[in-house]
Amino acid sequence: MSKRVGIEVSIAISEAVGLARAEVIPAYPITPQTHIVEHLSEMVANGQLDAEFVPVESEHAAMSCCCGAAAAGARVFTSSSSQGLSLMSEILYIPSTMRLPMVMVVANRAMSAPISIWNDHQDIMVQRDIGWIQTFAENGQEAVDLTIHAFKVAENRNVSLPMIVNIDGFTLSHVIEPIELPDQEDVDKYLPPFKPRYKLDPRRPITMGPVGIPEVYTEAKVAHAMAMKNSRRYILKAWKEFEEVFGRKYEPVETYRTEDAEVLLVGMGSICETAMTAVDEMRDQGQKVGLLKIRLWRPFPAQEFRKAVGKTKILAAIDRCLPPGAVCGPVGAELRSMFYKIPGAPKIFSFVAGLGGRDVTVSRFEEIVDKARAYAKKRPRELYEVIGVREK
Amino acid sequence: MANSDAIVGWKTITFGCHILEPGNSANFRTGDWRSQRPVTDKEKCIRCGMCWIFCPDMTYKQDEEGYFEADMEYCKGCGICAHECPKDAITMVPEEG
Ligand code: SF4
Ligand code: SF4
Repeated sequence: MSKRVGIEVSIAISEAVGLARAEVIPAYPITPQTHIVEHLSEMVANGQLDAEFVPVESEHAAMSCCCGAAAAGARVFTSSSSQGLSLMSEILYIPSTMRLPMVMVVANRAMSAPISIWNDHQDIMVQRDIGWIQTFAENGQEAVDLTIHAFKVAENRNVSLPMIVNIDGFTLSHVIEPIELPDQEDVDKYLPPFKPRYKLDPRRPITMGPVGIPEVYTEAKVAHAMAMKNSRRYILKAWKEFEEVFGRKYEPVETYRTEDAEVLLVGMGSICETAMTAVDEMRDQGQKVGLLKIRLWRPFPAQEFRKAVGKTKILAAIDRCLPPGAVCGPVGAELRSMFYKIPGAPKIFSFVAGLGGRDVTVSRFEEIVDKARAYAKKRPRELYEVIGVREK
Repeated sequence: MANSDAIVGWKTITFGCHILEPGNSANFRTGDWRSQRPVTDKEKCIRCGMCWIFCPDMTYKQDEEGYFEADMEYCKGCGICAHECPKDAITMVPEEG
């Protein structure tokens, strides 16, 4: 029987990686991901996990090492955050087009300057287009479940792509929650040993990562984009199987009290927990407000999202990322382009909140809903608005 | 220019753009972009084989008399052979047209 224990989310993620029987873990510690990596290194050192833990000299080396290990056919895990994730940047585009499966947990953190170790989504939005499958966890249980799910999806031979599980730094990584850790037997049943389509093997030599001359590059990139698009069904299938084995259900877009809603908040990650409380309070006051949680960020589940919006006419997209000079945040932009010129499309208003560890409280969500309603009547002057910013 | 077998659509391109057939560089006709070709003066040549050793595309083949001749399918005209020849027997001649 799986047991429910009070455990720090980072430690629980490491345990999940252990249950998934990761074989190679090249990683470099960075706040707020540190506990994940520290605990994994302990697990390997104590003989609890039969894996190679590679204490690399940088994140650049960590991701390079991940590519090599995955190319050799190992089950690979790493984890990073913020500046460290950015240091991986040069390598991150490589395993995805090369179709090398691996799993990375990103403990989301703000980008410097000013120096901030606290949580928002700017680090991962820098890496939005690296061509990895990306999910967002809302709480500790999801972080554990999505980590196990990620191996299943990434290693599916029809998918064969690297995958990131985003967890909010500190808000999730450093919080102790009651979490059900699955049984080894069940995880083994769910996650058979990794059998890559191709691997580097001296008995059957192949070349990985050759030059893509102009006559080839476009086709290689389109093949990657199509693999990403086609991964959707295997992501869903892996969630369905997850439900069968572990009893917890996951969907690419999750709805909360969306029935006959006039306004829908749209968020990702842990702020959705507070948003649910805000929705409850507003519903108690008789307001028709609901919440959409984007769990699958890449590939973007447009079909499911449209269905989840239903007949609602006002969407308030919340970005935990401020891209200076852009029309609006990436979530807002995604929704706007998705609904562009679609008959009966909702009005979409873009808000930026919760930067660099600033809490998004229940009253902030209420403020967002009030503003979205007002803007639906009278067009706002700006294309996005930063919530809770002091002017003077 | 390159191996025309590799110029395929995205549906047929190899998985992950891997090269699945080892030792296939002979399929790539690197001679297509040459702007000058090496010409050997047999009067000067001492058949030492330095051109054969240094050619980065391994285009030189030795004939029955022991002289070395570059294969124009693969010679890319870099001029390394001419530079390395101890007898200055090789001249780089511009390609016409
Ligand atoms: S390097 Fe010069 S001398 Fe030697 S074999 Fe070649 S052409 Fe002849
Ligand atoms: S010019 Fe360059 S490629 Fe051609 S034969 Fe000489 S060394 Fe080889």
